[in-house]
Amino acid sequence: MSLMRQSFGRLRGPDPDRVRPLNPNPDDHVCRGIQGTVRPDLGPPPKARVRCLDFFYGNRQVLFDNNLEVPSNRVTAIIGPSGCGKSTHLRAYNRIFELYPGRRARGEIMLDGVDVLAPGVDVIDLRRRVGMIFQQPTTFPMSVFDNVAFGLRLHASLRADALRFEVEQALGSVGLWDEVRDRLNAPAASLSGGQQQRLCVARALAIRPELLLMDEPTSAIDPIGTSRIEDLILGLKRRVTVVIVTHNLQQAARVSDFMAFFYEGRVVEFGPTSQVFHRPSEHLTEDYLSGRFG
Amino acid sequence: MRNATAHAGSGPVPWLVRGGWFSVATGGAAILIPLVMVALVIGLALASWPAMKAFGPGFLASSHWNPATDRFGAAASLYGTLASSAIAMFLTVPLAFFIAVFLTEFAPSWLRAPVRYAIETLASIPSIIYGMWGLFVLAPMLADPVQPWLRDHFGFIPLFSGPPIGIGMMTAGIILALMILPYMTSILRDVLYLVPPDLRESAYGMGSTSWEVTWRIHRRYAASGIFGAFVLGLGRAIGETMAVTFVIGNNQGIHADLFSPATTIAATLANEFTEASEDLYLSSLFELGLILLLVDMLVVLAGQWWLRSIEKRRVGA
Ligand SMILES: Nc1ncnc2c1ncn2[C@@H]1O[C@H](COP(=O)(O)OP(=O)(O)OP(=O)(O)O)[C@@H](O)[C@H]1O
Ligand SMILES: [Mg+2]
Repeated sequence: MSLMRQSFGRLRGPDPDRVRPLNPNPDDHVCRGIQGTVRPDLGPPPKARVRCLDFFYGNRQVLFDNNLEVPSNRVTAIIGPSGCGKSTHLRAYNRIFELYPGRRARGEIMLDGVDVLAPGVDVIDLRRRVGMIFQQPTTFPMSVFDNVAFGLRLHASLRADALRFEVEQALGSVGLWDEVRDRLNAPAASLSGGQQQRLCVARALAIRPELLLMDEPTSAIDPIGTSRIEDLILGLKRRVTVVIVTHNLQQAARVSDFMAFFYEGRVVEFGPTSQVFHRPSEHLTEDYLSGRFG
Repeated sequence: MRNATAHAGSGPVPWLVRGGWFSVATGGAAILIPLVMVALVIGLALASWPAMKAFGPGFLASSHWNPATDRFGAAASLYGTLASSAIAMFLTVPLAFFIAVFLTEFAPSWLRAPVRYAIETLASIPSIIYGMWGLFVLAPMLADPVQPWLRDHFGFIPLFSGPPIGIGMMTAGIILALMILPYMTSILRDVLYLVPPDLRESAYGMGSTSWEVTWRIHRRYAASGIFGAFVLGLGRAIGETMAVTFVIGNNQGIHADLFSPATTIAATLANEFTEASEDLYLSSLFELGLILLLVDMLVVLAGQWWLRSIEKRRVGA
């Protein structure tokens, strides 16, 4: 408990708004304020704080002035019509977009008070702390065991028995241990789609990320697999902060505590899930939720 | 409509007319491939029959190749073929892999197109050009200063001894390496591009470095393609004739060092067919050709067998 409080204290830290200039970028970039941002009342402190985030594919801007605070140890869902920039937003948190030339993010994403978009950030360490789950399960071409051990082998040098223990723990935490204990050496590709997706979650969890990004993690999974993953996400809150992109409003309602509605690259509304669902403050949100578009 | 009424009275259209001819034509074309293969082997075997009768299996083991005494053995040529290809692969495999990874993982986008263009151009240069360059530029360079330097500093290794004349096994190996490098690089690059973006992102997303992603993910995912590239490169190195004939020195002997002149099957054939007047001489050359064909086929078959076996115990996608 005291550890928790300590780390919360660390998370709160100095208010970045105070200590950082509002416009820290050398480019001629004007942040148009924080409209559309709701700092959830009484919520836990933010794990990540997105400010004035713009994103460009080449010359084409697809995110405009995104402001968002991702509460710690909660599930935050991002919803919105196709092409509104949900994936793009998510992929800025771990700077994975940098794998491709010509993509650029502007603004800031504070993770525990440190701007991950700033130059000089160690992206290897960032990605160790920020896990990512994709729409299709991305099991690596190796055994079940080696998949889960992948990150541990990269980031921790463990003895064989310790490694085995960690792998077992990770598989247990996604409810997969009993299903795969007899085929740890089987190819990961031999598991079912839902199992593979949970394996990916286990692989991500094994290196104890602080933030877990999920981009439509169940849209390629059958209903039973989906409900298992949803249960899993609910249980994850104890260990990590989750940001999940989903097209499934019911799913967002079931798993998330907070919800952000994106439209045409902007954060239109952000708040506690029940509030956004039942008392949206924007017409656009209401229209979307009632199925009038999207 | 008109057709329908026309056929109404004349019963069903015959299978051959409706499309059967297409199956027959494609099947006939496809059967050409095994036919050509069989014809090649049989033709060579018939032509080399006198040599087989005269020397028996000893032909493979003997390095004695002397038209004056009518005694022929394949060992020196066979050794030269295998050794020069091995040198070429030794040099090319890591280089091609590094270049391909550089192109897919590191190179800035403006650099990729020109490099790709250069590689493709290199791959299409006729081999005789490589041979001429090897003889007139590379060989003199190796003769002085490279080989003397190697001999002075690494002479205690038997590989780096022998006459530093610039023409020999080493030069042939390097030329072969240069020739198959662009070829293997471009196949490897295509293979690396086949790794699904999600998988690659996912590996980077775990906090891997480019090296780790390449070695742990790409290498496994693209294993079959990578191996295929190597087998194709090796097949080409084994059969390459012109460039090697220029620089290997055409000496029917087996030497432990890399500097000495040597020969390969292909080089022997290219050099000596015009001189072969004796029946046994000609027949021995045909037997060499048969051996080359079989070795090349063996490489490809072994490659495919190996591929299938890793496919079976393959872990993952
Ligand atoms: N590689 C790319 N190059 C150029 N534009 C892109 C690229 N990827 C996405 N976009 C554009 O960026 C915008 C946001 O795309 P993004 O994939 O983030 O949307 P999304 O909300 O995740 O959509 P979906 O719900 O369909 O997954 C879209 O207009 C899309 O066309
Ligand atoms: Mg998306």
